Amino acid sequence: MRCLSMGPKALLVETDGPWRSLALAELARAEDWAVDVVPAAATVLLDGVRDPEEVRRRVVSEPVAATPPDGPTVRIPVTYDGPDLEEVATRWQVDSEQVVARHTSVTWVALFTGFAPGFGYLATKETWPSVGRRSTPRPRVPAGAVGLADRWSGIYPAETPGGWQLIGRTEVVLWDALRADPALLTPGTRVRFVAR
Amino acid sequence: MSLLVLDPGPLTTVQDRGRPGWAHLGVPVAGVLDTVSAALALRLVGASPEEALLETTVGGMSARVDGARWMAVTGADGPLTIAGRPAPRHTAVWVPDGAVVEVGAAARGVRAYVAFAGGVAVEPVLGSRSTDTLAGVGPPVLRAGAVLPLGVPSGSPTGVEAPGPVARRRSLRVWPGPRRDWLAPGAWEQLLATSWSVGAASNRVGLRLQGAGVPRREGEIASEGMVAGAVQLPPDGQPVVFLADHPVTGGYPVVAVVDAGDLPVCAQLRPGERVTLRPARR
Repeated sequence: MRCLSMGPKALLVETDGPWRSLALAELARAEDWAVDVVPAAATVLLDGVRDPEEVRRRVVSEPVAATPPDGPTVRIPVTYDGPDLEEVATRWQVDSEQVVARHTSVTWVALFTGFAPGFGYLATKETWPSVGRRSTPRPRVPAGAVGLADRWSGIYPAETPGGWQLIGRTEVVLWDALRADPALLTPGTRVRFVAR
Repeated sequence: MSLLVLDPGPLTTVQDRGRPGWAHLGVPVAGVLDTVSAALALRLVGASPEEALLETTVGGMSARVDGARWMAVTGADGPLTIAGRPAPRHTAVWVPDGAVVEVGAAARGVRAYVAFAGGVAVEPVLGSRSTDTLAGVGPPVLRAGAVLPLGVPSGSPTGVEAPGPVARRRSLRVWPGPRRDWLAPGAWEQLLATSWSVGAASNRVGLRLQGAGVPRREGEIASEGMVAGAVQLPPDGQPVVFLADHPVTGGYPVVAVVDAGDLPVCAQLRPGERVTLRPARR
């Protein structure tokens, strides 16, 4: 893994993918390497690094395993009636029941947050087919919409514009800044979707 | 012990030192842009450095102060009146109970800092009273008719400190960014040799620089974590310097990073003003 400086107080560590990013971020957070630890698809940003030289040495000498974390599992009830459910089924050449069966049969893990507070990018270690984003994003996607894009799944925490393929909706609150734990899907959280 | 907003101006927000530590959940740090001027305003009225104050944007604001107390205005330069009488900036001034305070439009600089003894005591969200204009965390942007609670003054005002008004420096020190290798040959030198014009779309998220586009490699990178001061280079070659409300991740290469010590300068650059980038040194 390569360690790049982002100014005098931050390090950007390049990883071989989001699972490694998550593992490194969990280590960095557990050992309090920096004020902000931001995992992403192929990097981990350490902003406000306490000891840059020590972190560089650790990252190079002690590679972390890219294994999925065994944290608690959040179960999320979903009504699978999204406006793009048929479109996804067509692209995968299955019927919509099979899309639901697939989505509810695998364990997802929140790897990192992006796009909006509490929007966890969910991935699975199991076999999962890719699906492209919508060619035209919707100007408004309601809070709780459950979507797919590339090999990701995600839930919109608030009403925003969005281009993901929407397959369902949930009433679970993903983000509440007034809670002690504001985000339901923090990096490392495991997720199972349940059809209702 | 409150503030009744009469005219919020174009954009006035409550700010403190922000909410670091939540970036992994998608929450920007936010907080005052010109940390130097804000800290000075708080010190002048005897408030502690973590208290909240108001940040105006170019146009000023007015409010009625219920509960007599000290106040100070720093940062951008311009008129100030208390109960209709002219008052000085950059020093603590006494506001009688019920007086209307009018912070005039900025003649120089962009952001004025309006501090009251006791601080602006809105409810903190995730440990901070700052309004984050990108993700919407924290108190709402000030509206006419809003009532903001003020805290109980604890310290006493600092005497006649004679601080200079807003910094007039016109260059920003930059470190090489993690994606400097995305620059075309000679482009780093062009970045440093250009007299950049500050773009009108600049805001709390970013300072936009306009000039002859800096050539860079084509393509995109997977979104990665961003810091305050990160100089992103979109394909059009017009750099954007990320400020306090920047998105926590971004997909344009960061070719340089403005030194944290020069971010207060970024806060006070007006659209159309010229600025250059020069190498930072340890």
